[in-house]
Amino acid sequence: MRRVKPVAWYTVLIGLSLVFIAPLVWMLLTAFKTPSEATRVPPTVLPEEPTAGAFDVLLGNSQTPVLRWFLNSVLAATGQAVLVLAVASMAAYALARLDFRGKRLIFGMVIATLFIPGFVLIIPNFLIVDRLGMLDTLWALIIPGAAGAFGVFFLRQFFLSLPRELEEAAVLEGANQWQIFTRVVLPLSKPALATLAVISFLTNWNDFLWPVYVLFSPEQYTLPPGLGILQGAYTINYPVIMAGALVASIPVLLLFVVAQRYVIEGVSRSGLKG
Amino acid sequence: MAAETFVRSEAPATSEAGATKVRRYGTLTPYLFLLPYFVVFATFVLAPAAYGLWISLHDWDYLLPGKPFVGLDNYQALFDSDSAVFSFFWESMSATGIFTVLSVPLLLTVPLALALLLNRNFRGRTFFRAVYFAPYVLGVAVIGVLWRFLLDPNLGVVNAVLGAIGLPGSTPWTTALPWGWVTLVGVTVWWTLGFNAVIYLAGLQDIPRELYEAARIDGAGRWSEFRHVTLPGLRPVLLFVTVNTILVSANMFGQSYLITQGAPGTETRTAIMYIATVGLNEFKMGSAAAMSYLLTACLLVISLLVFRLFREKDA
Repeated sequence: MRRVKPVAWYTVLIGLSLVFIAPLVWMLLTAFKTPSEATRVPPTVLPEEPTAGAFDVLLGNSQTPVLRWFLNSVLAATGQAVLVLAVASMAAYALARLDFRGKRLIFGMVIATLFIPGFVLIIPNFLIVDRLGMLDTLWALIIPGAAGAFGVFFLRQFFLSLPRELEEAAVLEGANQWQIFTRVVLPLSKPALATLAVISFLTNWNDFLWPVYVLFSPEQYTLPPGLGILQGAYTINYPVIMAGALVASIPVLLLFVVAQRYVIEGVSRSGLKG
Repeated sequence: MAAETFVRSEAPATSEAGATKVRRYGTLTPYLFLLPYFVVFATFVLAPAAYGLWISLHDWDYLLPGKPFVGLDNYQALFDSDSAVFSFFWESMSATGIFTVLSVPLLLTVPLALALLLNRNFRGRTFFRAVYFAPYVLGVAVIGVLWRFLLDPNLGVVNAVLGAIGLPGSTPWTTALPWGWVTLVGVTVWWTLGFNAVIYLAGLQDIPRELYEAARIDGAGRWSEFRHVTLPGLRPVLLFVTVNTILVSANMFGQSYLITQGAPGTETRTAIMYIATVGLNEFKMGSAAAMSYLLTACLLVISLLVFRLFREKDA
């Protein structure tokens, strides 16, 4: 590609970065201001007297148990990532490596559901989750989301790209399909599994509409519906709301810093067919 | 016998040949591998897709014991200007329509420009890509409460800064139109730009370099290079991004729910917000299910039109 003039080039890039980063920095700084300083005109940039008061308010109110929400979010997002890895990898293995009647039909059906908009399923799924006794529990956040077709599709593509020679060697040594799957295919697929785990975790962590409607008790909430509650309860006490938003942001931002490659890899693959 | 000879002599290493040779597992094995996923899939995707249709044919009130069959009444009510839902439903559909029409062009072009910017050789490329992508890893709840604060007409920092540099400093970003749309579209573009940009970038990197070199030898300028090499090379990616962005925009919920809360009245309440209100706050699930299928039908038609558009360009 063409070479560029360094100074002008980096000015543009850094200017753009500010557009994306400044709002997030403002959230961080506001969380450590007093309510009056947070809305002062003209605004102060750095907190004049940094305070953790907003966090004290959050932790002291039993109606807004942020630590509990945090724990719920961790459990739900981790639970779903584990479940997705388990069920999607097995299904993808069958679809990529085994021959059986109805294979094309099943794969076609799974792919077709990628085109069903999520909102169509929300009302009937509310009733199904209710029937299964999962309303107002974390199970409602863990299990239904694992039905998504993306994981199966994504892992199937990856498994298809693995060379078959190792499996054939394992067969000659008398391994059965389960052993090939767990001892040959899965260990070779660590990058793909990590990508899927990170994407599932992020998606679940950030999910908003579904938890707003299937969770009712404050102690069952995850962070996203909890933030809606904070906004309603503290209206213009912005340091408290920003403190809550910060708690919801830090784990995913850290995960992004650590696993940036996997996140971006997963996203760019989602756009490529076949 | 003949087939075996053929396989051995002609294609000793093809995967089909390999598969038949090593196929040593019971007929049930593949189904056992599929079973766990299929149970979840059948329960939470197949069943509700059909169940929703069934619900939409009933006067299905969650709180009432009787759920009488009403045929297509729920659908008819959506087209009957005397019905209770008619005006709210179409207002919400037009809110979704306005949002989609305003945000999709921006979400197709701005990320493409960004991807072209990033598709060059320079130090720190991966870093800047990550920075532009960062807002997307945050959920709509964080983005929503954050921008509601930043754009607060009286207390927010955006108006404070605009006022300080001599621009109007009391714009009602979240409480009046058309500012509400500017806010919802602007925040969404800021938030999801990185997603489309990363997909474009992957697409750009798949375009063979020889094509650019050939174009340069032919004396093509930058613009004609973009028109005749980059755009055609990106076609499958463009199709995906277009359809996906339309679907995501039509699914908009959290931004309106948290930032404008439908304000000024119910003008920025999107279709999904209204469907959720009718179905899950008022528990009139039959009516809400009918609305969601009608919206799906609209999206299907739009997606098919986009596919056709892309195919016609081929010819």
